[in-house]
Amino acid sequence: MRLLSSRRRHPAAKALLLVAALFVIGAVYAAVAPTEQSAAEPNTSQQVTKGKELFSVNCSSCHGLNGEGTSQGPTLVGVGAAAVDFQVSTGRMPLAQPGQQAPIKPGEFTNDEIAALAAYVATLGPGPAIPDSSQYSTDGLSAEEIARGGELFRTNCSACHNFTGQGGALPEGRRAPSLVGVPNKHVYEAMLTGPQQMPVFSDQVLPSQNKREIIAYLNSIHAEPNHGGLELGGLGPVSEGMVGWAIGIGVLIGFAIWITARGARAR
Amino acid sequence: MAKPAKTATEAPQAAEQPDQQLGPVMKFFKGPAKWADDRTGVGGIMSGRIPNIFNLRKVFPDHWSFMLGEIALYSFVVLLLTGVFLTLWFKPSMGEIEYNGSYQLLRGLPMSEAYASTLNISFDVRGGLLIRQIHHWAALLFIASMLTHSMRIFFTGGFRKPREINWVIGATLLFLGMTEGFLGYSIPDDLLSGVGVRIIFGAVLSIPLVGTYLETWFLGGEYPGDILVPRMYMLHILLIPAVILALVAVHLVLIFYHKHTQFPGQGRTEKNVVGYPFFPVYTAKAGGFFFIVFGVIVLMAALIQINPIWVYGPYNPAEVSAGSQPDWYIGYLEGALRLMPNWEWHIGPTTWSWNIFIPAILGFVALPGAIGVYPFLEKWVSGDDLEHHVLDRPRNAPNRTAIGVAGITVYVVLMIGGANDIIATHFHISLNAITLTLRWGIFILPIITFMITKRICIGLQRAAYDRVLHGSESGVIHRSPAGGYSEPHTPITQGEAYTITQHHEYQPLTSGPQTDENGVARRGTAKERARRPFTRWYYGHNVPKPTAAEVEEARHHQGGHEVEGGHDDHAIESGEHSDEQVGAGHSD
Repeated sequence: MRLLSSRRRHPAAKALLLVAALFVIGAVYAAVAPTEQSAAEPNTSQQVTKGKELFSVNCSSCHGLNGEGTSQGPTLVGVGAAAVDFQVSTGRMPLAQPGQQAPIKPGEFTNDEIAALAAYVATLGPGPAIPDSSQYSTDGLSAEEIARGGELFRTNCSACHNFTGQGGALPEGRRAPSLVGVPNKHVYEAMLTGPQQMPVFSDQVLPSQNKREIIAYLNSIHAEPNHGGLELGGLGPVSEGMVGWAIGIGVLIGFAIWITARGARAR
Repeated sequence: MAKPAKTATEAPQAAEQPDQQLGPVMKFFKGPAKWADDRTGVGGIMSGRIPNIFNLRKVFPDHWSFMLGEIALYSFVVLLLTGVFLTLWFKPSMGEIEYNGSYQLLRGLPMSEAYASTLNISFDVRGGLLIRQIHHWAALLFIASMLTHSMRIFFTGGFRKPREINWVIGATLLFLGMTEGFLGYSIPDDLLSGVGVRIIFGAVLSIPLVGTYLETWFLGGEYPGDILVPRMYMLHILLIPAVILALVAVHLVLIFYHKHTQFPGQGRTEKNVVGYPFFPVYTAKAGGFFFIVFGVIVLMAALIQINPIWVYGPYNPAEVSAGSQPDWYIGYLEGALRLMPNWEWHIGPTTWSWNIFIPAILGFVALPGAIGVYPFLEKWVSGDDLEHHVLDRPRNAPNRTAIGVAGITVYVVLMIGGANDIIATHFHISLNAITLTLRWGIFILPIITFMITKRICIGLQRAAYDRVLHGSESGVIHRSPAGGYSEPHTPITQGEAYTITQHHEYQPLTSGPQTDENGVARRGTAKERARRPFTRWYYGHNVPKPTAAEVEEARHHQGGHEVEGGHDDHAIESGEHSDEQVGAGHSD
């Protein structure tokens, strides 16, 4: 103790004490602070490892062992986690069989597995990350912004997806899928990554705010009641013409037969 | 000229009724009726005393297919009534305004006044959406019923002399109806119809030499300009409806003048009409049918959405949506455009767009044109200058029936082509595969349906021939003492035999004598030689009617049939285990 007490007025004591105090506080903080940040590293690498395992079993036969692409499938370097999340959670990937376009089917992976795959593919090269819910949530948009979303949708999307997102045909058996009932997140990811035939609408082309407006418009138009009666599949004049012939002309011919089947009664 | 023949079933004139027997209502109207009669002769018309084409005692035959034209007439009346309501609110202007109506999803967007006022009719005018939907459904039914009506007349030969002019008027009405419908579909200036208008002006541009001038003349400049909607509106509510109304009037007057055709049957000849008088029977039936047609249209309009322009959005030349189709009656043109290969000439600085001109312009004119011209072609082949008031049964004109079915096949193929994207998405077929199939189909399918139809008609003729000679099967199987089986046939009634055999039999032209009476080679006139293969095509395969001698012989044969026990002309093989019995019958 003499050693310490004799030197407590030493010029370096203040500085040393400060360093010691900082060290203690730092050590205590490190012990008490939320572990997420520090635990993330090993956890993520675990996720990546798991993702790589899943990838080599399910994806590598077409996309190559390191996602470099083969003659059967495109490279995944730089597609980003958002693309993986969209393709796998909508069931488009893994592909059941080669075709013009990957069909939507029930997904085969759990959310954890999809996250692992996405984490692995994201390590292959920089690409768009999975959007968080604040990006695609439509809360707080004004009526005018939603109406503008409609105009943006008609300008950018309706050429393939139809006026109200009912979907449409593309050449050689490809098609733009229906957007009715598609979760906000998937619509957002599709715009961000441009899956299959779809062009990429990056944030530079279509800012995140506009994407939200488009999503809000789709939700509103699909939720609105059918003003004027049965909507006939939202297909426009084709189904209207069929109904006009089948019901209109059909029923009226029935009535004509009924009317002319009865003669006038002679008195 | 057709002379109105005497009607066979005109009601006997009612004897003058003494005043005392008039009911209170008749008594009340006696004065005004006399007043009107003195000035217009309306009483004579009503009672049929005046030989006038407006004779209200005119007889009309009863058949459901004679009501098809009335559907067209009544839906046109519905169109006029609802159209007047819509003009009260519609603003035919392309002036740009900001929408502030009650449809939330379009608020604040710039749009034309035409589109905004259509939104107002749909959402802010009381009953406006219902009236709009009635108007639109009535338009679809108007043209559908005109087409159905014309098919009935075509297949029964109702267009033959003296009704060719009325047939041509009908074809003109079809053409005008399609134009009128398309204009009405276009004036709300929504995104769907705007795409259609864009295509039409593309088609106008494709007309060789004058196309660009026509477009500039109609639009007052480049597409879309700012006078397109007002001009289409004028055509839609004024010019074309007026012409349609006038032609409908002439059409109806000519029906009264020619008198209605009738289906063949006992007691029906070229000189009479068997049916009920127009007044009171048909005034009641037709009047009632008007309310039925109106009611069905209103019911459809109330229950089924049509042309929801608010989901299409305002027209913007930069936007084209997938699944853009015109109303069904323009669908065949849409299909023709989609199926047409990309044929274009580039001569010097000019472009000749056959890829658009042939399907869109020629196609538009071809449908009413082909319909209008057919009676004259058939008349040239048949060389028949007689008046026809008794209709053909379609089987007795197999070639005409087959041509009609082939024409319908072409039309349907084009319609399917117009909806190829909807078919591709809903049946998971490649768009290109559909187009390729239909490109072949439009040439091959009509030939196939032509042959099938003609064979069916001739088969039916053969069945009729058998029926006249052998009667109908009684369904009773007799076993003779010798063990033979036979089925006696019941002779058909006189009336049915008449219906089956009344038609005129046209004969194919034969080359005739090769030399004339002076021994000079005779080849026939050029017309005769040109007609010859066509008459063979039209009439060469017909099954001849049984002759009187054949009928007589068959009747005799039938009479002795049941007495003759072991006669096994109609032996029936009864299947697996009775072969020996039948054999025994034969050996008898």
